[in-house]
Amino acid sequence: MNDLAEILAENTESIRKQWIAEMSKGVERADLISKAELEEQSREILDAIVIGVKTSGPTNTGAAGWDAARELLRQISASRARQGFSTIEVATFVLSLKQPVFNQIRTAFKSDQDRTFTAIWAATELLDRLALITTESFMTTREELISRQQQELLELSTPVVKLWDGILALPIIGTLDSSRTQVVMESLLQTVVATNSKYAIIDITGVPTVDTLVAQHLLKTITAARLMGAECIISGVRPQIAQTIVHLGINLEDVTTKAKLSDAFALALDRSGRKVVNKSAAPASSLANLVTKRER
Amino acid sequence: MNVLKRETQPLKNSSDVVLARQKVRQWAIELHFSLVDQTKLVTAASELARNALDHGQGGAMSVEVVSNGSKNGLRLIFEDQGPGIPDIGLALKDGYTSGSGMGLGLGGSKRLVNEFDIQSEVGRGTTVTVIRWK
Amino acid sequence: MEKIPVLRMGPLLLITIQVDMHDKLALQLQDDVTHRITEHGSTGVLIDISSLEIVDSFIGRMLANIAAMSRVLGADTVVVGMQPAVAITLVELGMSLPGVRTALSVEAGMELLLGTVAEDANGTDNERSEA
Repeated sequence: MNDLAEILAENTESIRKQWIAEMSKGVERADLISKAELEEQSREILDAIVIGVKTSGPTNTGAAGWDAARELLRQISASRARQGFSTIEVATFVLSLKQPVFNQIRTAFKSDQDRTFTAIWAATELLDRLALITTESFMTTREELISRQQQELLELSTPVVKLWDGILALPIIGTLDSSRTQVVMESLLQTVVATNSKYAIIDITGVPTVDTLVAQHLLKTITAARLMGAECIISGVRPQIAQTIVHLGINLEDVTTKAKLSDAFALALDRSGRKVVNKSAAPASSLANLVTKRER
Repeated sequence: MNVLKRETQPLKNSSDVVLARQKVRQWAIELHFSLVDQTKLVTAASELARNALDHGQGGAMSVEVVSNGSKNGLRLIFEDQGPGIPDIGLALKDGYTSGSGMGLGLGGSKRLVNEFDIQSEVGRGTTVTVIRWK
Repeated sequence: MEKIPVLRMGPLLLITIQVDMHDKLALQLQDDVTHRITEHGSTGVLIDISSLEIVDSFIGRMLANIAAMSRVLGADTVVVGMQPAVAITLVELGMSLPGVRTALSVEAGMELLLGTVAEDANGTDNERSEA
């Protein structure tokens, strides 16, 4: 469509200015991207679009002439995804180019309805396709980001803490599904070996519900630790959890459970042959001696 | 499913079972499976190889690197021409924790892999196919 | 044919399994242990599996068998050094090895066996009820 190519090429700057104006009407996100950056990006894309239309025409966006434009849109959408833009904001970025382009077409062809319609149709098809390419790329980047964050969250949310020589604590926050259980088991058992800890306190205060499945996962972890020679104590059992366990008929006979982490810690200390004692009250007694001496 | 690489290991005696384990370990390492996943797969292989030998009167194991388009995995096929398993459902039940039971190791192995298939005909033999995806 | 060495340390027998065992070797070991316990009047058996990267149901049963046979002969058994990946796999396999006591290290295992030996007279066995 030579018409479209000509119109775009001859009026690039004016289209671009109107485009920026369109964008500020809608969602500019000055908090996420600077005006200068926006100007630069819009200039680059428009230039790339002009090249694309001139070289390969407005319909064949897969052709070589459009490579640069596609790559540019991909980069921009990827960076938008990382910056935290929404899907609508990203799509609007491309689609808001329509108004300026249509205006330009109307000005160019005035009363020639056929040419106007053909050019507008070509333009709208082209911009829709470019918007889709941009949005798809945006979503792929977002999905990769979310997946990576989920993985990090999974690892971060199962810290294993050393309470004392030979006593570990594993506070679990959130639901315990089978994939999380794998991470928990590996993390706990590796730490057991590394620290040579015989006791591991698994605190479930942060686990919202304990149903048969969650209980199975906990029991798996406990059994695995036992096979290695370590003992697990479950702590943080809330009243509702205790009721659920009994109602569901979950058998925890072989498992030591405590309501509070502190109780579990005291038990572990005791089982490992330790006792907590108060320091001697020496200063107070010498003061008493002093007083007694004076009185004498 | 695409088969990218393939190797066979006969299972005629107990040394073969050791070789089978080592082979599966090697391939699992090459595919960069995690240590736990390696251990699970090699243990499953050990169970199934032993079965083929002890109950299937000997057979063979094939190791294959497979791909289903989006991910790669290791597929193990254990074949024997033994007496076959009359009641597969029963064989898959856990008779294990007590240490008694027929010792078929099938039920347990199933939990160590992602995909598990067993075909058996009395008088003809048994084929167990397992896959662990990366 | 190679054998798995069984070492004597006072009242204990120490077995370190380092090779990828085939079935005959496992059966040989069971045989050896029962004979040595009787020969020396051993009261404890320590099996170190820290080098074992695979414990399948056969090996698991062997360990359980050794523990059971030793008990009949008046000796306690402790298995030490199980690797995390092995423990996770055994649990998935469905083997919890009941009747087999475990400890984190050879040191811990010996403490368990020698401690128990001293407590025999009292008849207390705290560890057993925990396991």
